Parts: sequence; structure tokens; C-alpha cells
Amino acid sequence: MNASITLIYDGSFNGFLTAVFVAFDEKINVADIQRNGQCQNGLFSDTETIFTHVEKAQRVWNGIKGKSHNAISNVYFAFLSEAEGVEMMLYTYIQKLMRTQTGKYLDYSDSTVLHISQLARKVGREKHRMEAFVRFQLTKDNIYFANIEPDFDVLPLISKHFRDRYADQQWLIYDVKRKYGIYYNLDHVEMVSLNLREVHFNKVHKSDAFLSEEYDYQTLWNDYFKSTGIKSRINPKLHTQHVPKRYWKYLSEKKAS
Amino acid sequence: MGFDRIREKLNILADAAKYDVSCASSGSDRTNKTKGLGNASKMGICHSYTEDGRCISLLKILLTNHCIYDCAYCVTRKSNDVQRAAFKIQEVVDLTINFYRRNYIEGLFLSSGIFKNADYTMERLVAVAKKLREEENFNGYIHLKSIPGASDELMYEAGLYADRLSVNIEVPTVSGLKLLAPDKKHEDFTKPMLKVKNEIVRFQTERKIIKSTPKYAPAGQSTQMIVGASGETDKDIMYSATYYYKTYQMKRVYYSGYVPVADDARLPAIGSQVPMLRENRLYQTDWLLRFYGFAVNEILNKEYPNLDMDVDPKLSWALRNLHHFPVDVNTADKRLLARIPGIGMQSVEKIMKARKFRRLNWDHLKKIGVALNRAQYFMVCDSRHWERRDLDAEKIKGMILQTSSGKFRNQYSNQLSLFN
Repeated sequence: MNASITLIYDGSFNGFLTAVFVAFDEKINVADIQRNGQCQNGLFSDTETIFTHVEKAQRVWNGIKGKSHNAISNVYFAFLSEAEGVEMMLYTYIQKLMRTQTGKYLDYSDSTVLHISQLARKVGREKHRMEAFVRFQLTKDNIYFANIEPDFDVLPLISKHFRDRYADQQWLIYDVKRKYGIYYNLDHVEMVSLNLREVHFNKVHKSDAFLSEEYDYQTLWNDYFKSTGIKSRINPKLHTQHVPKRYWKYLSEKKAS
Repeated sequence: MGFDRIREKLNILADAAKYDVSCASSGSDRTNKTKGLGNASKMGICHSYTEDGRCISLLKILLTNHCIYDCAYCVTRKSNDVQRAAFKIQEVVDLTINFYRRNYIEGLFLSSGIFKNADYTMERLVAVAKKLREEENFNGYIHLKSIPGASDELMYEAGLYADRLSVNIEVPTVSGLKLLAPDKKHEDFTKPMLKVKNEIVRFQTERKIIKSTPKYAPAGQSTQMIVGASGETDKDIMYSATYYYKTYQMKRVYYSGYVPVADDARLPAIGSQVPMLRENRLYQTDWLLRFYGFAVNEILNKEYPNLDMDVDPKLSWALRNLHHFPVDVNTADKRLLARIPGIGMQSVEKIMKARKFRRLNWDHLKKIGVALNRAQYFMVCDSRHWERRDLDAEKIKGMILQTSSGKFRNQYSNQLSLFN
């Protein structure tokens, strides 16, 4: 039996897929797959660093997709959850998937399969939430800017939605936690990193990057939010269930004014 | 026009529009083809939620709250002493576009009080939608109210720009309408509905032959009924809802618990409780009719004109029809599975799939998400344990109520008699 090896990749999805390719190709007995910078050496395993190779990654992507469309989105979504040890679980998942005839009937009583699909569902929920909770603010440079702090790395997932919807305006969505953003320049979306000194602003603590008209519209929106609620039906529990408190600081209608 | 004036108008006209419960932005698939602004999301997006827990998806406002009618249940009725305001067409367009660009909303929900006459009002509503679509290249969601009594030509035009059209029938019975809204005729409501329905049918057939047929109200039409204003029974409400679903192919009928807004001898007094539980039971019934294959007369009929408040309508039906049970979940067909209390349509789908692999027992069902506290009395599965006692309906109901809790329980628990 081969000695088990820990694979180290660069943290990108392509890097992970390359690692899977290498593992299958060289029939490696994988001990773990770890992100560069977060690796812990196993006592009885060697490490091997994987260099991201787009073509190899593409082959794994196509291979999974050929088995099942549902599976490829599950793999991608679950990867973006950044959960600890998700790489190894995904590797097991892909192994199980490749063993099936059609890829269609995965047994959901299997714990790996169930866990991956639950993770993917969580990430999907966060994606949908971000499509709803992004609040653009118009800057003086005529860019619609929004801060977010999602639980999972969903920027790559929401990019298409915003590109399709706001095709005629420049916009930038910035992930405060992961320190990168996506910027649409009226033609295509690119990744950017910013040097933000301060992140949180409200009506009192204003940023001079925004137009005063911007704050007018925020006031109108906050007013609208208040006047559209019916007082005799108030239900705070249901309200926080739908709009969890951790998002409040980015919602102009909820943050302290 | 200054910001302060806009702000004041928005406050007045959003406040007046809030009693419309519909805020759906789903069902339309308008795409952004020309690099314009916006598209419609098929499943809809709720951008925020009000403090009463309702979704905020659309900018829901009235064009004006001036009205020539005097409907007793309505906050903007002629005789009510409230501040009046009216938006200009351009102001609504600007608000919508600016809110939309900031990702606050999915689109516009525009209603209006009726000034001068129905056609004059409808014309203004259509003008807003037209301006948004043609001048601003806006592809987001637009929901327009059809004004009762509006002409067929205007209704046709409205459907070309709007995603959804709706007329609120408000009072479910014709006699109630006479009492509460004496100036309105029942035909005024149904005429625009019929026109919209016919146009949708026409669009769907023409679309099959000519792909480029302009879209007509792709998200269909809906209506709303007020609950608890005119003393109608649940049977009245659900029978007329069924009628509207059938006759006008409604996408949705909404039920809105009446929030007292006026001192009027014909209506519940100000300060009386909003019938939220009743509203909830009506929605449950609505779902049973649309997705679970129930017929309305099974749930509500002459003997049972009102829904049970303490248990849901499916459980209450099952308790009256114990001869159908127990059902074996491993062999029963889909229609029967859907009738077991505590099993929803999602569980039904999962059970149908899972039982291809193995026979299901209590553990499987629990993991699938079946509410066993209710279901256990009505089913058998792959287990030696099942309800063998010969229980009658009252016994079962009592045991279920004992093992469950409900947030409305305190509202009716004192009405349960002790010796049942």
C-alpha cells in the first residue's frame, strides 16, 4: 500500500480540482487536502504541493458535470462554504459519485452525501440572501457601491445575477470579511481589492464618498420601510427570523440612524 | 419639487397602500436583453421584511389617495378625514428607478384611489408603467391594480407593460358588497378580470404560433378578500375563492384579516383584534385546494361552514373521516399520502423517492421531516409499533393538542370545554 500523502493547494477552486485530478491520476492514497497556509502536517504522511493547472481542473469539472449537473453545483457550492475539512469530504464525495453508473441516484442516507448537500444548500441560501440584502450606495464617482459580510464566500455566485440585472450601471460589491470585491465596468465583472479605512457609515456618521442625494434616498427608503408595516400586526420574532440581526449593520433600513 | 414634499407624499401614500397584502414578485421571466435596467427573478426576491414579518419586495404605493367612493372598509374612503396627496407620474418613475438601482426592491406595485372616474385613473397607472418600460428601459417587476370599471382597451394596454394585474374583490359576498360599498357594482370588479383572463389565454395560444407575440401579464392576475369585516363564514370565503380560481384562472387569492380603520356600525370597532389565526387557517385551506387535491366541499360544507380554530383544516378533515385511515406509507398512492395530517407535499415527494430504496419506518419518516405527533394516528409503516387503540376523533384531537403548542393557543384555549 502506498504511503498516504497530504495535498496542499493554493486555496482556489481550480487548485482544488487540480488536486483531485492529481490524486486520481497518480492513484495517490490521500490523507488530506489542505489549503496553503492552513496546513498541518500529519504524523505519518508526506506532503505534496499542487500547482494549479486550469486544463486539469477543467477535466475534473467536466467529469463531474457529465455525471450530474446537480453534483457539480453541489461540489462548487459546498467548496465555497469554506468549512473546515470540506476538501477531504468533497474528495470522498467525488470518489463516490464517480463510482455510480449514472450519478443520478445518490443515496442520501450516506453521511458524506447528505452533509455535502446540506452544506451546498446553506451556501445557496446565503447566495439568495445576498441577492436580497445588498444595498448599493451611489458614490461621487458614479459607482454603486455595497459592503457585505456573508457567512460564506458567495461573491462568485452572485456575480451573474447582478451583471444581468444592473447592466447599465457601474457597481462594486465588496466582501468586508474576505477583503475582495467584484466590480462591473459596464462590460464585464472583475475582481478588485480595496484599501478601506472605515467600513460602517450611517446617516449621522456620513462618508464624504457619497452624494448627499444618496442619503436622501436612504431616508426615503427608511421612511417607506416604516410606513409599510402594520402596527396592529407587529411580530418581532418573525421579523428577525427573516432578517437575522447579523445583517442589520449593512441594511440602511435597519442600522442605527 | 423639494425632497421634503416627496418624503411627505411617500409617507402618506405608502401608508395607505399597506393593506394590500400581495407583495409577490415571482412568476415573471422578463429578461434584460438590451443592456437596460433590471430583470424579473422567476422565484421572486424579498429584499426586506416589515416588522410584522411580511415580505417587502415591491415599492407598494398609491398614485393618489383621493377617492370618489365611500367603501366602509377602506382607509382612503371619501368620508374619512385623512391627509390626501397625489404623486406625479414622473415622481413615481424616479422613485422606482432610484430604489431599484440601489437594490431595495424588485419593482413597483402601483394602486390608486379613484379620482374623476375609473378610466381616467387607469390611464394614469398605465402611463407610469409605459414610461418605465419605454423611456427608462426598465425590465423589473410591475404589478398594476386594475381599477374596477376600467375599459377593455385600457386593460389590454395595462397587460402589455405590467407583469401582474389584480382587482381586489375585497368583500367575498355580493350582499356584503351592497352593504359596505354601496356605490360599487359586482360587475365592475369582474369585467376587468374577465378581460385580463381572455387576453392571457389569447397570448398563450398565439405565442405557440408566433414567438414574438408581445408578453401579456406574464405573472397572471390575483385578487384579495378581506376577512372578518362583513360577518361572512369561512365557507362563503373559500367558495368564492374557488370560483375566482376557476373562472378567472387567478394565480393567487389573498386573504387579509380586517384591520379596523373606521368607526362604523357595519364593521368591527377600532381596536378589535385582527383575525390573524383565521387568516392563517384560510391560507392553509387555500393550499389544500391548490396543491393537495382536496375539493372545497370536503373541507367546508353545510354542516361545517367554518374552519376549526384549534387544529389545522387537514387534521380536522381527517378527524371527520377516520374511515380512510390508517394509511400505509409504503404502499399508498400519492393522493392518499397527501391526505395524512402532518405530511406535507415536500415530505410526500421524499417518501415517494425514498421508498424505492427501502421500506420506511418511523426513524426514516422523522428524518424526512414528517410531523409525527399528528401523523402517527393516521398511518402505519415498516414497524411493529403503530396506533392500535380504537380511538375516536375527540380522543385523538385531545392527545395531539396536548403534545403540541401553538402561538395562538391562548386566544382560544379558554373556549375549549373541560369535559370533552
